[in-house]
Amino acid sequence: MIADALSWLLILGGGGCVLVGGIGVIRLPDFYSRLHAAGLTDTLGAALTVLGLIVQSGWTLVSVKLAIILVVLFFASPTGSHALAAAARASGLPVWPGTGGRP
Amino acid sequence: MAAPAGKRGERGVRAAVLAVLLFLAWVLLSGHFEPFLIVAGAASATAVAALSWRMGVVDREGLALELLRRAPRYHAWLVWQIVRSNIDVIRRVLDPRLPITPCVVALEASAGDDLGVVVYSNSITLTPGTVTMEVEKNRLRVHALSAEGAADLKAGEMDRRVCGLTGAPARAQ
Repeated sequence: MIADALSWLLILGGGGCVLVGGIGVIRLPDFYSRLHAAGLTDTLGAALTVLGLIVQSGWTLVSVKLAIILVVLFFASPTGSHALAAAARASGLPVWPGTGGRP
Repeated sequence: MAAPAGKRGERGVRAAVLAVLLFLAWVLLSGHFEPFLIVAGAASATAVAALSWRMGVVDREGLALELLRRAPRYHAWLVWQIVRSNIDVIRRVLDPRLPITPCVVALEASAGDDLGVVVYSNSITLTPGTVTMEVEKNRLRVHALSAEGAADLKAGEMDRRVCGLTGAPARAQ
């Protein structure tokens, strides 16, 4: 019962993060800043969802596999984000005019 | 620059540890414990470790055993940073005024070797609000969603902690 409540909280929290990530992708002005909103989805969104599923499945091999998925995701998703940003930059996509610093 | 190649004995130890880890992965992912499958798993793990050893890829970069002892501390801090920056980005996205100040900053990774630079640039990208756009030797170009996020990176705490993880001496930014 407590485990169920905890897992629901985690999964709903993860879903909330994914939803906000989606809203961010729509609201933010350019590709590079939208990457940050997508980052919400693959960090806290994915982590909370998978943690909720681990609580659901308890002390089983399924939980071990879910944990491995989480670890792989935390190595793969920044690599993917960086590849996207590097590709956008290499193909000359300009940053939003309001961007500060030296682009 | 690449890490210097290890001595023969050291590479042997790494290959042995790799074989054990691969076998553990096999057992945990298959969930079958029949003798034939266990033996087949052990044989495959040993074969892959032996091939990797012959290819010379079980070095400090291929299997970073040195980092294991200091990794929990770094990762605990990194998870905390990920949670913090997630909350910050969520707050900015949901604020009706959309209070963002995107900027591009240049950073220098103090960890001189490839392993440290990769850990640093991946940690930057993993915390929402900052993405590494370009890596050239140990110079990084980072896109930040807010000036505060960029200033945090400029302050260099993550850089220092990566150096603490890989054992490189930290430099002032």
